[in-house]
Amino acid sequence: MNDYRPPLDDINFALEHVIGYPEIAELPGFEHADLESVTELLAECGGFASEAMAPTNRQGDIQGSHLQSDGTVQTPDGFKKLYKQYVEAGWGTVPLPEEYGGGGFPRTVGVAIQELMTSANMAFSLCPLLTQGAIEALLHYGDDELKDRYLPKMVTGEWTGTMNLTEPQAGSDVGALTTRAVRREDGTYAITGQKIFITFGDHDMAEQIVHLVLARTPGAPEGTRGISCFIVPKFLVNEDGSLGERNGVETVSLEKKMGIHGSPTCVLSYEDATGYLIGEENRGMRIMFVMMNSARLGVGVQGLGVAERAYQQSLAYAQERQQGLAIGATGSSSPIIDFPDVRRMLLTQRAHIAALRYLMLLDGSYVDRSTHDPDPAARARAEEIVGLLTPICKSFGTDLGNELTSLALQIHGGMGFIEETGAAQHMRDVRITAIYEGTNGIQAADLVGRKLGVRGGASIMEFLSTMKEIDTALSAAGEDFASIRKELATQFDALEEATRWMLANGQTDPNSVLAGSTPYLRMWGLCTGAWMLARAALAAQTAGDATLAKNQLVLARFYAEQLLPQSGSLLGAATAGSADLFALDAAMLAG
Amino acid sequence: MKIVVLLKQVPDTADERKLDLDTGLQDRDASDLVIDEINERALELALRSKDADKSTEVVVLSMGPDSASTSVRKALSIGADAGVHVVDDGLAGADAARTAAVLAAALKNVGFDVVIAGNEATDGRGGVVPAMIAEHLSLPLLGNLVSAELSADGVRAERQVSAGTQSISAPLPALLTVTESFDEARFPNFKGILSAKKKKITVLTLADLDVPAPSGRTTMVNTTERPARAAGVKLTDDGTSATALVEFLASNRLI
Repeated sequence: MNDYRPPLDDINFALEHVIGYPEIAELPGFEHADLESVTELLAECGGFASEAMAPTNRQGDIQGSHLQSDGTVQTPDGFKKLYKQYVEAGWGTVPLPEEYGGGGFPRTVGVAIQELMTSANMAFSLCPLLTQGAIEALLHYGDDELKDRYLPKMVTGEWTGTMNLTEPQAGSDVGALTTRAVRREDGTYAITGQKIFITFGDHDMAEQIVHLVLARTPGAPEGTRGISCFIVPKFLVNEDGSLGERNGVETVSLEKKMGIHGSPTCVLSYEDATGYLIGEENRGMRIMFVMMNSARLGVGVQGLGVAERAYQQSLAYAQERQQGLAIGATGSSSPIIDFPDVRRMLLTQRAHIAALRYLMLLDGSYVDRSTHDPDPAARARAEEIVGLLTPICKSFGTDLGNELTSLALQIHGGMGFIEETGAAQHMRDVRITAIYEGTNGIQAADLVGRKLGVRGGASIMEFLSTMKEIDTALSAAGEDFASIRKELATQFDALEEATRWMLANGQTDPNSVLAGSTPYLRMWGLCTGAWMLARAALAAQTAGDATLAKNQLVLARFYAEQLLPQSGSLLGAATAGSADLFALDAAMLAG
Repeated sequence: MKIVVLLKQVPDTADERKLDLDTGLQDRDASDLVIDEINERALELALRSKDADKSTEVVVLSMGPDSASTSVRKALSIGADAGVHVVDDGLAGADAARTAAVLAAALKNVGFDVVIAGNEATDGRGGVVPAMIAEHLSLPLLGNLVSAELSADGVRAERQVSAGTQSISAPLPALLTVTESFDEARFPNFKGILSAKKKKITVLTLADLDVPAPSGRTTMVNTTERPARAAGVKLTDDGTSATALVEFLASNRLI
């Protein structure tokens, strides 16, 4: 079972009724992106994902990408043809600026498209995702000459992009990087150093690869304040835009990985390579921060996308697989979907996936408000909310990506552990998402370290108040919503208590706040997820579709009653401080 | 050059297709309705001519109920320039002869240099409509092709026959039918989908067309549901199973 069915009805409902897409389409500059057009586009995009992309997912895993003896990288069978089709179909261009050949659609639509692509083939989809990151850096900080030279072909996808941050000694601490950039007389820079973990650092799907490289100029300040950002093309670009000689960047090796085998993860060596400065010297980290929100939301969407694919497979298997006899059943055996514990695993997946989808699209909609709302105050507030929601989307989305793909595998029983079944690939593929683009621990540190203190804590408390406003509508919605209302109120109170504790202790005892950051972020994930499902259930009551109304109500109630209570149970861990974590030294930890 | 591609909306072959036993017609509600895959290949051939010569105009022509308009729209998304949809209650259940007469009249109405059709539809599997249209319009028919080259001077094509490959050619106007040897259609392009909304679909009814009333029509005498699958035959090996197996295969004319 490797079929993928794009969840178009779920996405369309989310856009129209849950996150208020019609309002986004009314923002100046998005008039052409009305809901009807978006629905039609997503239907075709879903067709592309399921018909062209999804069938390549398994082969990509089995075969993987390989470094050839001539130093080139060969992607799995089918990837090259697929990439050509992808570029021709233009799906990567939809949310990019029209000025450089994009569709000028909202990021919200980009999020929906990315979910479809990732579900179909996560390893393949990484190539366009990284390209998009490089495009955004250039858009915000590149000068016109660089933009005109590189952006049009990167937007179409004819040229792909990479992000070169990590070095062996510089992972989470980017400031420790040592790659050197020495200015030449002609204004270009000579780049020398080694970068690791470069996704699609080399491949055979496009004629040109544009590397975005972080490096240090001679005499630059220590740490992150002394980092500059450069464009280093695989092939130098001639004045007329044609490709010239090969630049001094080589693939040393490809990593052997647990998952995403189709995506070549390269060790790149730069030897006196020609680089072009983006923006000014020592501003590299600022440029990285621009992309960070965008890329982190993108990785959260990967957690959602792979979980959805694994869920579909486990739901199909649960209906096929006959074992034992369910209570009250007749005949010789029952499909395992008839057993309560299997139902629990299915409903847990379904409810979490729905909540994640709403959260990702909500974050996307605030990205659009932060860039397109005519009211400066609304833009500023939207940016605060993006700052808050993004670490939650990244961390909670990918933690759940791991947990839910594991549940999907569990439903397959022993066959799930057998590679032939294909359930294991999703677990192996999604594992990295909790690690890269800032580990989930870094996300939690970002939430308590940078986002919590915005406007002295007022920003986060305002968001919590907004969430609490749902109580009025839930109260008016009657008995069906009573348990949702009660549980949300209880859990919002616990979240508020944890937040006040974090705010009170952040300045005086930052280590204790960091110690509780991961359980605290999970509380936020569970509470925002339950809140979005409640919003969806309320909206579905008036959408004129009884089946939909029931579906959304059950998901919201199951989540509120059976998944959300975990949030309150984390209050203790979130506010326990760091004393016990450090009470045993390394020798005592060894036992 | 103006190319008209004939397009039929059919039940998705991936779904289970059902016959309405009362009318003897396909049950359109039983499965997703899509452009017949063979027509997508015909469209791709037309679009490649357009890729090579931008002045080429590609029109899709479909006869079918209201629902067929979604398939015409999809063809516009893939890249056709315009659509013509013949829809009329009087055409429900039209047989091959009637369909060919109506499509021929519509083709006269639309005008063309080349007509491209699939060799046979995946639902009816009759494979006679294109030949009938060619007869109505006195066109050379280049049927069951495995490859084709279109130019303003005419068509050069190849057809696979049991003894080998025939190379055939014809001046324009002409009618071609393609087989599965032709490439699948390209995927709709994002900008193509948006611009398709501005493309025109002309709707024609019988009143708009000069079609003589049919002198007769195919009538459905009887319909029977496909029998349920019977259980397989199990041979127990008591020393004679090889003989029993040979007998079984021979009696089913499998050897």
